[in-house]
This record gives sequence, C-alpha cells and structure tokens, in this order.
Amino acid sequence: MRKRMSPMSRDGKKNGFSVIGKPLPRIDGPAKCAGDTRYADDIVMPRMLFSRLLRSPHPHALIHGVSVRRALELPGVHAVITGEDVPTKFGIMPSTQDEEALAVDKVRYVGDPVAAVAAVSEDVAEEALRLIDVDYQVLAPILSIEGALEAEDHRIHAWNRRANIQKAVSFEFGEVDAGFEAADEIFEGTYFFQGNTHLPMEQYCALATYTPDGKLTLWSSTQTPHYVHRALSRVLDLPMGHIRVIATPVGGGFGGKSDPFSHEIAVAKLAMITGRPVKITLNREESFYVHRGRHPVKMWMRTGVKRDGTLTGMWFRSFLDGGGYSSYGLATVYYTGALQTVTYDLPAYKFEGVRVFTNKPPCGPKRGHGTPQPRFAMEVQLDEIADKLGLDPVELRLKQVVEPNTVTVNGLRVSTIGLRECIEKVAASSGWKEKHRLLPPGHGVGFAASSYISGAGLPIYWNDMPHSGVQLRADRGGGVTVFCGSTEIGQGSDSILAFAVAEELGLRPEDVRVVTADTDLTPVDLGSYSSRVTVMTGNAAIQACGNLRERLFEVASEVLEVPADDLEMEDGRVRSRSLPDRGLAFAECVERAETRFGTLGATGSYRPPRHPGDYKGAGVGPTPAYSYSAAVVELHCDSDTGEIRIDKVWIAHDCGRAFNPLWVQGQVEGSVYMALGEVLMEEQIFRKSGVHKIPSILEYKSPTTLETPPIETILVETDDPEGPFGAKEAGQGPLLPVIPAVSNAVYDAVGVRIHEIPVTPDKILRALDQRLKDPTVPSFEFPTPIRWAPGQGVEVPQKS
Amino acid sequence: MSSENLSSETIAGKRLLRLLVNGESHEVACRVTHSLLEVLREEMGLTGTKHGCELGECGTCTVLVDGQPVYSCLMLAVEAEGPEITTVEGLAQGGRPHPLQRAFSDLSAAQCGYCIPGILLAAKALLDKQPDPARADIEEALSGNLCRCTGYTKIIEAVEQAVAQTNEPHE
Repeated sequence: MRKRMSPMSRDGKKNGFSVIGKPLPRIDGPAKCAGDTRYADDIVMPRMLFSRLLRSPHPHALIHGVSVRRALELPGVHAVITGEDVPTKFGIMPSTQDEEALAVDKVRYVGDPVAAVAAVSEDVAEEALRLIDVDYQVLAPILSIEGALEAEDHRIHAWNRRANIQKAVSFEFGEVDAGFEAADEIFEGTYFFQGNTHLPMEQYCALATYTPDGKLTLWSSTQTPHYVHRALSRVLDLPMGHIRVIATPVGGGFGGKSDPFSHEIAVAKLAMITGRPVKITLNREESFYVHRGRHPVKMWMRTGVKRDGTLTGMWFRSFLDGGGYSSYGLATVYYTGALQTVTYDLPAYKFEGVRVFTNKPPCGPKRGHGTPQPRFAMEVQLDEIADKLGLDPVELRLKQVVEPNTVTVNGLRVSTIGLRECIEKVAASSGWKEKHRLLPPGHGVGFAASSYISGAGLPIYWNDMPHSGVQLRADRGGGVTVFCGSTEIGQGSDSILAFAVAEELGLRPEDVRVVTADTDLTPVDLGSYSSRVTVMTGNAAIQACGNLRERLFEVASEVLEVPADDLEMEDGRVRSRSLPDRGLAFAECVERAETRFGTLGATGSYRPPRHPGDYKGAGVGPTPAYSYSAAVVELHCDSDTGEIRIDKVWIAHDCGRAFNPLWVQGQVEGSVYMALGEVLMEEQIFRKSGVHKIPSILEYKSPTTLETPPIETILVETDDPEGPFGAKEAGQGPLLPVIPAVSNAVYDAVGVRIHEIPVTPDKILRALDQRLKDPTVPSFEFPTPIRWAPGQGVEVPQKS
Repeated sequence: MSSENLSSETIAGKRLLRLLVNGESHEVACRVTHSLLEVLREEMGLTGTKHGCELGECGTCTVLVDGQPVYSCLMLAVEAEGPEITTVEGLAQGGRPHPLQRAFSDLSAAQCGYCIPGILLAAKALLDKQPDPARADIEEALSGNLCRCTGYTKIIEAVEQAVAQTNEPHE
C-alpha cells in the first residue's frame, strides 16, 4: 500500500509539491523539436527488406486460391506469404478472436489483407503485389446497419450466434416504467453519429528481426505492445519469452494503434522466413482502410422529466456499425450505454445496444471510445428539454449534478466530481447568461457537459495481475532509471513517470532516465488506451519509490542519527525535516544503501479498485476515477450558406489535480480540436462498392490552424484520492461536450436542430428548409434485459 | 550555387547528385523518380524530416529550399540540386537550439512530435521574412501543416514566445 504525504508535511513547496502541478516542460521536448526522436519508420537495419500487403479490392468475397508463383519469380523478391502461412485467428478481445493476419478463405472489407511480400525495396515489393493472383468469388456486400440486420441468411462471419450481429446487450437499472410514469413530460429523439477516423500524422509502421538464436523482435508504432506481444505469440506459435515487442514513440494514435495488426504479424513472419529484418510502412490510403475508428452509431433516446427539469428515467438504444471484424467492438457497444448515468442523477435507466458486422473497415476505439456518440444524443436532448420547459440548459444540469461518493443506478462508483464547478466556471467565463438566446440571428452559443473514465476498471483479458508495473533502479552515481511498459503516444506518459519519480525521490525530472514500452526490459503496462496511463503508471511509480525510499531511509537514519520518519528527500538530498542541516546527498545515500543491501532496485504495481456492479456486462464503465468536462461554444452560422464559423470554445475540465498544467491544457486543447473536426467535417464514408469515398488527407477534411478557434481552458482541480498526487485523466474526456455544444449553438444561432454528426452546411440548409429528416433507427428485437439495482451487488470498499 | 551535375549518367535508374543540405554538401546516388523527402530520409539518413501522406496534403515533410517552405514529398531530388536546403537537423546552430525549438520544448508544444519538424521550418520561414508577425500571420503561415494532437494552440503560443524572446534586447 502506498503512502500519501499530506501537503502539510511538505511546507515550503508550492501545493506541497516540488515538480507536480508546475508548468515545467516535458522530458521528450528537446529531442522531438530537434527531429531526433526515432519513430518506427526512422529505424534502418543492415540487410533490411521491405514489405507491402496485397489488399482485397472487394468488400465481400470468398477466396478460392492465391497463387504467388509469379511474384516469387520477380528478382528482388525474397518471400511471399498468404493466409495459409499465418492461419491462427486473433483479435484484441479474448472472446471475439475473428481476425486473420492474411485472409484465409474470405475477405470482409475493401483493404482486407490477403498476402504479404518481402523484397529488396518498396518498389519491388509493390511490383510483386501485381503478380499475385487471387481467385475471388465476389459476394454481395452488406454496407449498412439495416442491411446487416435484414440479411438473416447472408452472413459476414460464421462464428456469431445471430447473423451479422456481433453483440446485442440489454439492461434495466431501477424501475424504468415507474420512472416514466412519474414524469410530467416525455421526450424522444433519434440521432446519428457518422464514423470518422483518427488520422494520426504518422502512418502505421512495423519492423521485425528474427535472429539465429530463434528470437523475434518487433518494433511497431503501437499503443499496446503487451497485447501485440500476446497476439504474436499466439499466431506465430512462439513462446512469449522468445518475442520482444518494442513500441517506438508513436506519432499520434488516438486509439487507432491499439489493436494487434496484420502488418505486424506479416513482417514478423517474413523475418522468420527470410532471416532478415523486414519493415513495412503503410501509406496514407491504407491507413484509412486499417481504420479502427469511431463507430457510426444510430441512437434512439427517451427521457422522462418533471416540469422543473428533474430527470425521472431514461431509455437509450444504440445501433453500431462495426465494420468487418470485432476489434474492440464488444467494449464499444457497452460504452455507448455506460456513462449516461455519471453526470446527472438518474433514478432509472434502460439501455439496449447492438453492434453489427458490415463489409467496411473495422471500427474500434477512437478518443472517447463509444461515449461521444451517446453523449451527443443526450446533451442535445437535454438542450431540447430545457428549451421546451422554458429552463436555462445550464440550470437544468446544475440542479441534478451527481454528488461525490455515490453509486449510480447502474453500479458505477463516482468518487470526486468537479462537474458543478466546471459548469459554473465555463458559464461564467463565456458570459453564458448574457448570450444564450440573446445574440442576434446567425450568432449563437451552446452548452454541454460530460464525463469520462480514468482507465478501465478491468483488463482486456481476464486476470488478477497488476494493470501497470514499474521497476526502479538506483545507480551508484545517484542516477535513477524507471522501467515501465507504458507507451508514449504523445500524451506525455514518459514525462509522467519522470515527474512522479522526481517528486517522490526529491530529484529533478531531467535526472531520471525513463525506459518504456519494451517487453524485454519493462514490466507490463496494459497500454495507452482508456485514459488509464497517468493514474496507473503514476500509482505504480509512487509505490516503487516508496519501496526504494524505505531502504534509503534506513541507512540515512543511521548516518544522520535521526529517526526514519523524520527524513525527507528534497533537492537531491536525504535530510531531516526537524534539523534541515542534517542531510546527505542522494548519491551518497544510494552508495551506502547498496553497500548495505546489495544491488538496489524496487518495484511498484497498480490494480484498480473493485467496483460495486456485479452483473454480466458490469465490467465496462467502472474506473478508478471519473473526469468531468463542460463546454460552451460560440459560433456564427450563415443561414444562406449553412457555413459555421466557431468563434471560441470555453472548456472546463475536472482533471483531479493538474499533474502539470501545461500538459493537461495541451490534452484539453487537442481534445477540443479533435471534437471540432468530428462535429464539423470529418467523415469515414464509403461508396456502394465498399470503397472509401475520400481516403486522402486532402479530401478527408480536418481542421487546420485557420479552422481552429481560440480555446479557453479552465482546469478544475478535485484532488482525487485514487489518482497519483490526486490526478485524473485529461486526454479524452474534454472531447465529449464540444460536439453537442456545437449542435446546441447552431440551434441558438439559426433555430434548427441537427441530430446528425457531422453538422455540415448542407444539413443546416435542409433543416432551415424543413427538409432535413430525423435519422431513422432500425427495428430490432433486443434480448431480455438484465435487471439490476444498486445494493444488489457485493459492495467492496475502494482500495486507496 | 552552381547546379552542375556530377554525372548525367544513370545506373539502374539512379543518378549521382550533389545536394547542399544544412550547409553541407552531400553526394548521393538516387533514383530520378525519388522525391527530395525520400532522398533526405533514405539516402542521407536525415530522418528528422517526416512523412504523413507523400502526396502534398499534410505538410509534415516541410523543409526549406532557399528559405522557402516546400513539401519535400512534392519535389524531386533532381530538382533540388543547387539551392540551400534546410531540414530540422539544421535548425540548431553550434549545438544551441533555435529559439523556436526552445520555445516549442518549453511550452510542451510537441505532443507526439511527428508534425513538429515541418511546423518548425514553416515557422522559421515566416520569422525570417517577418520577425514580428501578428497571430493571424502565424496561423496563415502554419495553415499548410496539420497537427492532430495539439489543437495548434500551444504551437502558436510557442511561435509567439520565440518571437518575444528573439526580439528581447540582449543583455
């Protein structure tokens, strides 16, 4: 159990901390700004070969044969593999292992990999792809949610129970019928959130070597080296101990590099066959097809309210277009229904969700994973409710914010909640009261609020081991190295480790070396997803420091002749609190400790607290701590052209304690930016042939400096008891409120409700013309709901 | 600079070129169809220049050619003989980072960092031409460089901070 120092014991330091909470620079800044950071494609090896993947041109087809003979005859080609060489199925979720590295007998989307080549150059590899002959039997593609549900005897996969349904879930929490009966007004609406993709600036890249000792090493631009490690072992039939996975610094992930991928397995297999390093870098068009991005989701929502706006019950239905494979979809479908309950008091809640397979690139986790879509629907409907009841939308929320330390109707435990302060601050700084419904036509403001998890409560595969581990090494010279499996994807996870260790050991962050994301060197961290890294690695690092400190204090106590509980570590020294001139240098203390104990090292680990929900499906939604956000968007909307110009975004975010205000602001600003791209322009859309309509950066529009408005970020600090130094997440949650706030601001500006994302000029014009229809939702028979209410589960106290 | 060809002869589609990069002259053999981006990264080991699309759409591969920002994926290496080419590796002088590099690092404006080399060069081209730009000028100058992490906010603030530090009177 880790020790927490109370701020009182740290007199003389701002906030009681020496480096936490201060706007100090990231440790990787100098290298990144010098162009010195080695991303995957920057790695070059002697005798390296280059790989390219042959991808299906058809959205849905059987494969009757693949002939690679002509490709193998091309000079410069060293190996060609097909599905038969790597037939073992894999997938990120243990219960839905439905992917093949190279399609064995069927392709399920345009771009599904079929064969892989290793050759002396990319040009030769590319030429070889044209010499591979695939005998396809083209099948009718399924390209819509409705199409998937209707095609009951035309299946994309064979393993699932009901045709084209990956997962259907249904829950009832509390008495929903009674909730609606108690309501004065019932509101219903349908909503559609179009899919979009991550578009990181770095394309996918991986490089593998297989050395004569039978060891495989894979460098990859991945957010989840541990899961890639497991998948390689499974598919290649090698022991995990013979495989080393190194996640290179990731040039943008946003969730898109969280699955084990075909290209990773392909280069590993090709390296095993050729005995030479093999690298693959996907081009931009391929990256659009690899995807794993935001699910298109159709939604229906019914809300019961009292005349004063008090919620009495909610019923939410979601229909997810999953694409060709499961990916994270099992979790995504649950996430579309999990977090509706953690912002405002909700006495009864029913959720039904279904994810279908379609012949399109698989969808997966993108920033906010499955929660931006329902949050959009919910916050837009609340805005409509406020409007119809003649209430201020801000007041409507404020009167029913969830209280700290409550268990929600669906069994989620909310510890700290700064939502009220977020709402009040964002309303005050934006001048909400002076603007809402008061601005001239064409000019409007919109409001929304939201919540997100600081890490998933459960690991992806069932186990009771730590979610994050840290090893600490203290060198005779006073150097400290921290080893952790966490993966730097730009969110600052390496810096989090350096700062946590520096804070705990009284060192400077630049004196702490950080070694991360290397399965040979670093203890497991599950990966950079679900906003889990700061909370989990931070806590593991604090625990490791505590263990090291015990040994250091034991020797220092003797040398300085003061009790160990009077010692502190500060300014590179171990010293007495009561007699500050009694101290010794950290390096000297390390030497003495090594003399006494032998080689110095310490470990720490973290596992989230148990959660109250114990029903099937309760694993998605719990977290060590929820973050909260509220946003006001001010915009101009031209009723002649339908064009939107965002004037400004105000966003308040409850990040627990701001671990580092600069980094937290950076995460919040990036989230706002990404939300604006999604709400205004980004669309992952397909032709009837299953071909992506706009697989290029030129046509897949995303905001530049000119479309990105000023963003005013307000950090609300709640000092969460579970977070390291009180910190909660910041990298995903702030995306959520911005999207509905834009839709609500469009209503304030021009008086039309847009129930579809993105909110594009053509939709606004059609709405102004009263020609925009509300989205439709399919009819579908959901399973009988699992019924659960708080108190039915086994309550286990929070570990802290 | 003279643009004298070392050899007009090609072997296996490759020609010998002399490129002036970051003040150093480099002789490289490269395919005539290869872009400046490919030659910088693959023949010269200057991997600080990144690629995001190789189609002139994202700005990630921006370098300076005689001080002008250029998408190096759209320029053939054979066209780049003669002018002075500056990549991110050439920004620091005498081991001291350029004020832009320092400001970007100090404000943690590089998150994943992948777009940053291109953005630094686009910003340098602006500041060399216009030492005291307005915010709108900075936004305009960087509008050809996509960043998916930062919302551009810290990036623009970092350019402003570099301007302020450069224009400060020296002690």
